[in-house]
Amino acid sequence: MGSHPRHLLDFQDWTPERLTAILDNADTMLQVLDRPVKKVPALQGLTVCNAFFENSTRTRTSFELAARRMSADVLTFAAGASSVSKGESLRDTMEVLTSYKVDAYIVRHHAAGAAHLVARYSGKPVINAGDGRRAHPTQALLDAYTIRQEYGSLEGKTVAIIGDIRHSRVARSNAELLPKLGAKVVLCGPAPLLPAGLGALPGVTLTTDPREAVRGAHAVMALRLQRERMSGGFLGSLQEYADTYQVNETLMQEAESGAVVLHPGPMNRDLEISGDTADGPRSRILKQVENGQAIRMSVLYHLLVGRN
Amino acid sequence: MITITNIKRVGSDKTESVTIEGGLIKGWNLPEEGQVIDGQGGTVAPALIELHAHLREPGQTEKEDLASGLAAAAAGGYGTVVSMPNTSPVVDDPAIVRSLIEKAAGLGFARLRPAAALTKGQKGEELAELTYLKEAGAAMFTDDGRTNENARTLRLGLETAGSLGMVISVHAEDASLRADGVMNEGPVSEALGLPGNPASAEAARVARDIEIVAGLHAQGVPARLHIQHLSTARALDLVRAAKAQGLPVTCEVCPHHLTLTDEALRSFDAIFKVAPPLRTQADADHLLEGLRDGSVDCLATDHAPHTRAEKERDLLDAPSGIAYIELAFPLMYTRFGETLGLDRILDLMTAAPARVMGWAEPTLDAGQKADLVVLDLSTERPVNPADFKSKAKFTPWAGETLKGWPVLTVVDGRVAYQR
Repeated sequence: MGSHPRHLLDFQDWTPERLTAILDNADTMLQVLDRPVKKVPALQGLTVCNAFFENSTRTRTSFELAARRMSADVLTFAAGASSVSKGESLRDTMEVLTSYKVDAYIVRHHAAGAAHLVARYSGKPVINAGDGRRAHPTQALLDAYTIRQEYGSLEGKTVAIIGDIRHSRVARSNAELLPKLGAKVVLCGPAPLLPAGLGALPGVTLTTDPREAVRGAHAVMALRLQRERMSGGFLGSLQEYADTYQVNETLMQEAESGAVVLHPGPMNRDLEISGDTADGPRSRILKQVENGQAIRMSVLYHLLVGRN
Repeated sequence: MITITNIKRVGSDKTESVTIEGGLIKGWNLPEEGQVIDGQGGTVAPALIELHAHLREPGQTEKEDLASGLAAAAAGGYGTVVSMPNTSPVVDDPAIVRSLIEKAAGLGFARLRPAAALTKGQKGEELAELTYLKEAGAAMFTDDGRTNENARTLRLGLETAGSLGMVISVHAEDASLRADGVMNEGPVSEALGLPGNPASAEAARVARDIEIVAGLHAQGVPARLHIQHLSTARALDLVRAAKAQGLPVTCEVCPHHLTLTDEALRSFDAIFKVAPPLRTQADADHLLEGLRDGSVDCLATDHAPHTRAEKERDLLDAPSGIAYIELAFPLMYTRFGETLGLDRILDLMTAAPARVMGWAEPTLDAGQKADLVVLDLSTERPVNPADFKSKAKFTPWAGETLKGWPVLTVVDGRVAYQR
């Protein structure tokens, strides 16, 4: 199966076998979540630190619940109210947290690579919960898991990801993960939001044409249009974007007949995705949220228990 | 009086001695007089000249100060250092220039030739008092660290500085194209999810600045433009074309742009964050070719010290810069001794910077200023940042084995560094 990676920062050190093991294990975790008592003692006695240097509610909550359902103690560190805002370096912050005898870190940070630095300074397993535009590996794992639930396997499947690719860690992590599991990835968006450099990744193609992107796709993922990017002059207008790139029923007619629709959330309804598609029978958006908890439990188990 | 024995002049196998008196080279192979120093069989050359160093004084002395920076320079074999004016306050006042020169002279390390700001406060709007700054001893004018967004101000500065016989050096980068880029834009930046700084940001600005010089040149206005730390193949081609037209444009390249590429950022270590950013191997190869064929005028380090804590921040928040004035020659000699040759490397670090500035070319002849360095070209030893005189005791090359270490630096006839 190859060596056991110590951290989940991105998928660089992860073999397809290890990744598949995480997905397989999530099946078991989903069963735990269906029980009346949704708790197992796997991480009893261990302390997991939610180190969130950037605001997040959904991801933080999902990780926190995942850790608690496995009986870990959870220390939540929100940097906004901490000494980081007073200029303390990441390293100094990590040394303070380390002295609390934490066993693993879940890190969210606005800067790409910050989770790598935490891994270097902390000496404990680190799970990247989103670093800048770089990576959001548990999101990609839950996306892969959700698609696998539909088709049984990712092998030979095509996943179209449409939206603001440039600023998306979700797109980057999926572009890294899905080809490792045998799927093809098509990244699609307006040219200024679609960096040509990403076309160098194996198994990844780029297109500015959403119909071309969706043609033959087994899953279509809409990304949140980051409205704050509008000031950068990336788009003419939101209306222009919606008219061209919105994932809606018309566009989905180009996809494979059973194709599912994903969105990592939070959604701008009727902007990057139409309301009826988000709520329609193809939508797996709420399923993604549920699967997210199981995936995060599986990752925690894999890094903290499974390696022994 | 000092006599240095057991040394070889570049290109010679003959073991000789040199006698120094009153700050000048008295002569070669004279009877030993005064303090006798064993040159350990090393190779002697004119002391190196650095046109681009950040010494951080005044105002940022937690990063570096004149004493640590000039001691580091002397340890690197440098006899003369041009310091950048982006300090706090900015070096835009003749009194600051005078006080820096005076303080440095008393330290006994490398000689300081401060560059002064081109514009007041380096704000790029109003020209500084260039005439007074020159009188105070400023070596050149530059808003380094800032990017001369206002083309008209640069043009006026070139006219004024040209009339004073002074060089203007520029950080050639279009800030609007760079935007929030923190590393070279390309497949690596995209894979890492870091905002990219495109090669066109440098090339576009180099093209603009060359056009300004060309316009002045056509009108017979003397103006000399020096382009700092060139990092892209495209920009070098523009400089080549300008030189072919006989325009008074020179450029420098930094050893870090020759020896490192954007691949280094995969470590997410901010030690590799520099401005302009580390580019691709193709760019580095092109710059090396430029050093070989003469289209690059000289080497400079852009010695840019920061505190360790600042460099331990994430890549978006950490400041740009590498401090390695102590390693520049050993690094160049170890990596490129065979491709460029010792003579060319030494020229690029001694006579070539003097030519860029319009200074007399240093030589080792009797009667010349006694600024010299003795280099041990054979002993290999690992880079140990703990030994650095610079306050920035970290480097991308820590642990790497290099040869060509300076063993003795003499400035104005005084021993400024001895290992």
